[in-house]
Amino acid sequence: MRTALPVPKRCLWIALALTIVAAPVQAETIEVTIDKLVFSPASIEAKVGDTIEWVNKDAFAHTATVKGGWEVMIPPKASASLTLKTAEAVDYFCRFHPNMKGRLVVWP
Amino acid sequence: MFTRSTVAVATLLLMGAAPLAQAADKPTDPQIAHIAYTAGVIDVEAAKLAIEKSRNKEVVDFANDMVRDHEAVNVQALDLVKKLKVTPEDNATSQALSKAAADERVKLAKLDGAAFDKAYVDNEVAYHKQVNGALETVLIPSAENAELKSLLETGLKIFQGHQQHAEHVAGMLK
Repeated sequence: MRTALPVPKRCLWIALALTIVAAPVQAETIEVTIDKLVFSPASIEAKVGDTIEWVNKDAFAHTATVKGGWEVMIPPKASASLTLKTAEAVDYFCRFHPNMKGRLVVWP
Repeated sequence: MFTRSTVAVATLLLMGAAPLAQAADKPTDPQIAHIAYTAGVIDVEAAKLAIEKSRNKEVVDFANDMVRDHEAVNVQALDLVKKLKVTPEDNATSQALSKAAADERVKLAKLDGAAFDKAYVDNEVAYHKQVNGALETVLIPSAENAELKSLLETGLKIFQGHQQHAEHVAGMLK
């Protein structure tokens, strides 16, 4: 409804312009599905600031673990996410089922 | 090849108590469901003993993972047999598995501390190898129903993961 917008149009344009300047590249959410103990896609590329969301379709708990690094717990039939803060190229695996493997390349 | 002969030996061990003629026959779906369920229950029981007896965090964590995963697989197995209206059927392989597990429990119950941890984890490595060998060479190829086959295939991936996890814990205990 028109009456729901008390802010003058000019201010909106300025706000919009500021947002574009502050975030020239919009952060993305990249989805990785886990089904029958497989990370899919197995290999992903992302940028710092992006979020990886693991969607676990299995009835089993999994993790995304980097040896000597971070770990994300992914409960059964649920999702978990991680916002990438550093540029790195890492192999990750599931600590409970180490035969599940994935790779993540994070660009600056 | 070493790997192939190990699997063959494991399969023979699993089928050990069955008369030869019966072992040559492939198990039926109701028997496969019974074997898979029994194998899960055995590992959950062993894990519960470890949770009770062990003071080693790695070992207790591993045992908790076994309880959680094997119970989850067995819930799926029960749901599936209910859906398919299949009654799991006791058989020589299930009985051999249960007998071997009972013997192992008696052995483990007598041990404590580091000796218990080592015996439990070593047995977990051997047990998962044995079950995985049976899944790959007998149970999965014999399963008639597609959904049962698919559940067994997922089970195999889970248990291969457990085997690697157990080998990792065994390596840490040394």
